[in-house]
Amino acid sequence: MLGKTRLQGIAERVLDGAKADQTEVMITANDSHLTRFAMNTIHQNVSETNVSIRVRSIIGNKVGVASGNDLSDGALKEIVERAETVARFQQENPESVSLPDPKPVREIEAYVEATADSTPVERASGAKEILDRSERNGLDAAGAFSTEAQEILIANSRGVMAYHRGTIAEVMAVVMGKTGSGYAAEASIDVRDLAPAKVGEVAVDKALRSADPTDIEPGEYTVILEEEAVADMVFFLGWLGMGALSVQEGRSFMAGKFGEKVTGDKITIWDDGLDPRGIPLPFDFEGVPKQKVVLIENGIAKAVVYDTFTAAREGKASTGHSLPAPNTFGPIPINLFMAPGTATKEEMLAATDRGIWVTRFHYTNPVHPVKTILTGMTRDGTFLIENGKIKRPLKNLRFTQSILEAFANADMLGSELKMVKSDWGAMGTCAPAARIHGFNFTGTTEF
Amino acid sequence: MREYTDRALDVAKGAGASYADIRIVRRTTQEIAVKNGVVQTLSLNSDFGFGVRVIADGAWGFASSNRLEKEEIDRVARLAVTIAKASALAKKEDVDLGPPEVHVDTYRTPVEIDPFTVSLEDKIDHLLAADKEARSVKGVMVAEGTMAFQREEKTFASTEGSYIEQDLIESGLGMTVNAVGNGEMQQRSYPNSFGRHQGTSGYEFINEWDLPGNARRIAEEAVALLSAPQCPSEVTTIILDGPQLGLQVHESCGHPVELDRVFGTEAAYAGTSFLTPEKYRNFRYGSEIVNIVSDSITPGGLGTYGYDDEGVPAQRTDIVKAGIFVGYLTSRETASKLRKIHPDAPERSNGAMRADGWNRIPIIRMNNVSLMPGEWTLDDLIADTDDGIYMITNKSWSIDDRRLNFQFGTELAYEIKKGKLGRMLKNATYTGITPKFWAGCDAICNEDHWHVWGTPNCGKGQPGQVAHTGHGAAPARFRNVQVGVMK
Repeated sequence: MLGKTRLQGIAERVLDGAKADQTEVMITANDSHLTRFAMNTIHQNVSETNVSIRVRSIIGNKVGVASGNDLSDGALKEIVERAETVARFQQENPESVSLPDPKPVREIEAYVEATADSTPVERASGAKEILDRSERNGLDAAGAFSTEAQEILIANSRGVMAYHRGTIAEVMAVVMGKTGSGYAAEASIDVRDLAPAKVGEVAVDKALRSADPTDIEPGEYTVILEEEAVADMVFFLGWLGMGALSVQEGRSFMAGKFGEKVTGDKITIWDDGLDPRGIPLPFDFEGVPKQKVVLIENGIAKAVVYDTFTAAREGKASTGHSLPAPNTFGPIPINLFMAPGTATKEEMLAATDRGIWVTRFHYTNPVHPVKTILTGMTRDGTFLIENGKIKRPLKNLRFTQSILEAFANADMLGSELKMVKSDWGAMGTCAPAARIHGFNFTGTTEF
Repeated sequence: MREYTDRALDVAKGAGASYADIRIVRRTTQEIAVKNGVVQTLSLNSDFGFGVRVIADGAWGFASSNRLEKEEIDRVARLAVTIAKASALAKKEDVDLGPPEVHVDTYRTPVEIDPFTVSLEDKIDHLLAADKEARSVKGVMVAEGTMAFQREEKTFASTEGSYIEQDLIESGLGMTVNAVGNGEMQQRSYPNSFGRHQGTSGYEFINEWDLPGNARRIAEEAVALLSAPQCPSEVTTIILDGPQLGLQVHESCGHPVELDRVFGTEAAYAGTSFLTPEKYRNFRYGSEIVNIVSDSITPGGLGTYGYDDEGVPAQRTDIVKAGIFVGYLTSRETASKLRKIHPDAPERSNGAMRADGWNRIPIIRMNNVSLMPGEWTLDDLIADTDDGIYMITNKSWSIDDRRLNFQFGTELAYEIKKGKLGRMLKNATYTGITPKFWAGCDAICNEDHWHVWGTPNCGKGQPGQVAHTGHGAAPARFRNVQVGVMK
């Protein structure tokens, strides 16, 4: 890790040498380590040290961007020159807006030395706890134990100078028998919060209970979705339609619906980059402080998130949700929370006469973004519920289902939020489990 | 680079590695996006670093850094060995790479026009011309055109004696048009969806695809889709166009023949495969007309290169022959493992190991996995179809973790009635089980319709890696397919 002082010095050198009307510099540094296992053995064990620097130059209303991963003086100078050259080649952009002015950024303590200093042997030992339990039960374990320390600094020629550092650790396992599989995962900024033995225990238990699954006809069922499955749906809601550009372009389910009910009364979703239960990031990729934005409240569409560009279009202020420049997708919420309910998963189970228990989804993708229709498969633990109890394991099912319609039919939400780390990037979604009626399964598979 | 590669390999050996390789990679990219008449993305990016992969105490270790300096090379090489020794704490058996691969060579993508020599103005003008055409159609909400160019300069060296330098060049382009109304958002893309179509090619690739000449057509189609009837829900005959069929091959054949998935090493993320080793060379994957090959040699294919990231030469492998599953995509380690199960399997890897840059370990990735052409013309194929649906350009995709149950959606569809194209249909989807679906393939169009479609966004691995893959396909017909899944 390079540290705040050194990153600030680099940013100042870039800005001092810039000739454009306005200049923005984004620097990220990371030390990432991942121990990966499969078939009860460690098969990949990797380490990465990297930096990246991205410069956005604005000349008049022309914008250019250049990036690299070399912090030497010569390389920095070249990146600035490239960004400015590109800007000069640009067409006039009548919608170009100024880079943001500085605003106070709240510092968030999200860096844990124990995570940053985690060693290959510690990760291998954690993995081995899962592998040993799996092997004792005649099962095969696959998974990963990762730790990462990251720094980010955003500075611009109007005085923005925002710095944040954080860590993230995750352990996840898929444990497989001949006919069934189980899954468990934990993520935290503090590696000491993780309990690989517990992850192994849950995944092994579920794999054993998943053995010899049977068929069930597709159709509409009451489902109990564990937190990972709910988080998947919440993440897609954010991505599909909770950014201002998606509304401005008419591709959002929120367009024309503000103040109206779009889903069930029990559903409240917000974005909060400052909440330490997620993966905190106190400012966006323009250095604008992140605001807490309530997106859906008791089922009513309330707001979307903005970056500087989309906010200027509507005469509003950015909520601090830009993506790194350049991007044509617009701002999105990356620290999503869904309000919990009051039920435990055991209570949901006991209250369900007939339904399907879903551990998590696999390969979820949008079918119809405006209607928030997703398709995907269940994976690693799908069970039939009868008379308030798990009756038997089921072969996996395909669902094709509108998220908003599903949430409209949610009558019980879990009392606990679980932070589910995205597979790509340092994004976390905090979601409860949910019981949902009339969930639409449209196909089956052979396992 | 020799002094750096020699140093890394020597340090790794000195620290206890029984095998080591180093890749030094410089990736340069240029991205341009024009949206609604405005150049919204114009960026030049470069990324440089090295990764050292070792076997020590019979287990793998990998470390990487962006600083190619002597002291850093020493640190990274030693760290890779330390990591390998930690891996060995939980090993079952020593890694076996099979016979050594020793190659000293260079490879460069053959290009007519180096895309990095073409002016930004020319590229922007090309996209603006297409944008203007698209937005001249009433009802268009968003038109977005993109170009992307990539150069990857790679040096590979191993303790077995290989030293390979490659200069790989890619060019890509695409346009997507959105129309909004009637509670719908409909999109049309050209030449392919999800950003762009791409190949290992120079700027001639851009000129071949004539974005401005197709922009108005796709814009008109997007607007027309808003008032088109919904795709019906039924079991029927479908004809898939080349781009959609390319993705069908990618998801339902390319991924399940990756031998790392088969052996379970991708189980935690991407999943495993239904094409387990006992099915090798005796499982009916599809009908007798289905022939699928993997290769890294087809000119222009996005999965074309000189050597993979283990230093194995580019080659061609039969995957499905006359409907029978006959081959996997392999690494050196998995090829060796397969041979222990099937002694008649090839002794050497077929060269499918690739890494997403210097900071990722190579994993098995598709190169060009292609459905070979048949004998039909598209006109004859439609004329021969009494009742069905012609589906065009991918819009959504999903498949289970063993690659059996899939569901795809396409941007555009037409009903086929009595051998003729009929009404346009919106929101077309189809679903099936992989071997049953391919068993229903009864006609494939000829090589005049065959093209290698580029997929520049294939995700796999932990930490995540994005691969660029190619898929040759010509339109083909499938019988008894469930369509219209969406409520």
